[in-house]
Amino acid sequence: MIGEKVARAPASDVAPTLLALRGVGKVFSNGVTALSAVDLTIREGDFLSLLGPSGCGKSTALRLIAGLSTPTSGVLDWRGGGSLDRANIGFVFQEPTLLPWASVFDNVWLPLRLKGISRARAAPAITQMLARVHLTGFEDAVPRELSGGMKMRVSIARAMVTKPRVLLMDEPFAALDEITRFKLNNDLLELWQDERFTVVFVTHSVFESVFLSNRVVVMAARPGRVFDELAIEASYPRDEVFRTSPDYAALCRQASDVLVNAINSTAGTHHDGH
Amino acid sequence: MTVIDEQVLQLDPEEARRVRQEQFERIGRWVLPLAIMILAICLWDRICVWNEIPQYILPRPGVVLQTLFNDAGLLFSSLLVTLRITFLSLVLAVIGGVGLSVLFTQSKWVEMSFFPFAIVLQVTPIVAIFPLINIYVNNQTTKLLLCAWIVAFFPILSNTTLGLNSVDRNLRDLFKLNGATRWQQLRYLRLPAAMPYFLGGLKIAGGLSLIGAVVAEFVAGTTGQSSGLASRIIEAGYRLNAPRLFAALFLISLTGILIFLVLSLISHLILRRWHESALKQER
Repeated sequence: MIGEKVARAPASDVAPTLLALRGVGKVFSNGVTALSAVDLTIREGDFLSLLGPSGCGKSTALRLIAGLSTPTSGVLDWRGGGSLDRANIGFVFQEPTLLPWASVFDNVWLPLRLKGISRARAAPAITQMLARVHLTGFEDAVPRELSGGMKMRVSIARAMVTKPRVLLMDEPFAALDEITRFKLNNDLLELWQDERFTVVFVTHSVFESVFLSNRVVVMAARPGRVFDELAIEASYPRDEVFRTSPDYAALCRQASDVLVNAINSTAGTHHDGH
Repeated sequence: MTVIDEQVLQLDPEEARRVRQEQFERIGRWVLPLAIMILAICLWDRICVWNEIPQYILPRPGVVLQTLFNDAGLLFSSLLVTLRITFLSLVLAVIGGVGLSVLFTQSKWVEMSFFPFAIVLQVTPIVAIFPLINIYVNNQTTKLLLCAWIVAFFPILSNTTLGLNSVDRNLRDLFKLNGATRWQQLRYLRLPAAMPYFLGGLKIAGGLSLIGAVVAEFVAGTTGQSSGLASRIIEAGYRLNAPRLFAALFLISLTGILIFLVLSLISHLILRRWHESALKQER
């Protein structure tokens, strides 16, 4: 089912491994198998999307990687063994998850503040990060005064202000309108190309995953598992021209086919789509 | 005036009606209760005159006002005594309520063990407990304080506990991811998140601490040990001095209203920028 065009991206192959999931499974106390024997290698500098229907365990996988949850079976092998320092992980939730009483500036300050860095000492990093997400001038606004897209920008700035090696994103743009989502997609890619961090991006949008990633890992539900992987060979930088190109359309079609197969592989159970 | 200006001001009938409605409501919010109040006072005055009710049963409003001025020294010094108890018990209720709720949220075990006792303390009528307090506590002020505190601390405890526990799950994960200590989580996340709940509890507790203080004085006053407003009421009742009774009652009500307004203002000032409850409605 993987066409000729969709081979492993060579650039990704030569990059050193950052994290290897080996036979990772998660069973919840209510007996539900959220993840079953996942093998996955994440390389330095990857923009890897976990794509799948609801219930396929993609969010669970992300929480395991973040260390917010521990696997029932298998191991997460961080390069050099042991778990990555938490300072090296940035996390962006589906909702902006900001402190409603704190200003934009103080929200971005939070991760540094928790590490004992004073407001004055953190200021240059915060100002720089806010500029990167195009929020200069909104330092003193509180979240409720911002639009959904701007709140998400704050959330990304907060995750990136510690300069993490890995950015984990859990359907961050799912609640946004399409125009805002495209804009944030572009800005995120720009940030990623400049800073060369690794991204694990959970989404249920084929179009979003293909546009952003160099690797799309398609997952299937009941039990949650890795179904297949696609390498998206299109070169970066990707912009609005790429979004309307026939190449993009073809890649989306391929990813979509794989996703349909993944959904159908959950035989005999009702799938409610998304 | 230019054509454009006229167009801007030209509202369709529905919008014009809505604007009028809003203006009426804004004025009516103050004028209506005030008018009813004045009407009721006038009616009260007339009833006294028409029925020739003697002053020791129902004094005319003017007489009450007169008494308020004549007995000002006595009444206001009593008010000060009641206010002191009220204010101190509210401060203690805040310290006790917030302190206990923080303790409760630090450990589920502590909460499970002690919360039922707080409820027992709350549901037992304070008037029934007072004789016991009277036996065990000697100091008059301590006695009254303890009473008012028991009445006032529970809304703060229960509301703040609720607030500390209703922190967004993702925010909690965020703090965990960033390696926040227990103290940091309390200081930067739980306490600010609990603020609207705490302020809600504080508004209730403010009124309750006044009620607690007055009730405690009443019970203590029957044994002639108190000098607060409640004892003035009892005294005036014995002497059939109805004007002074009304004047004291008026002062207590006024105090309650003032406490509520001040606490509402504090609440508004703290929450106005971020909390739904304090936001102006936008269409």
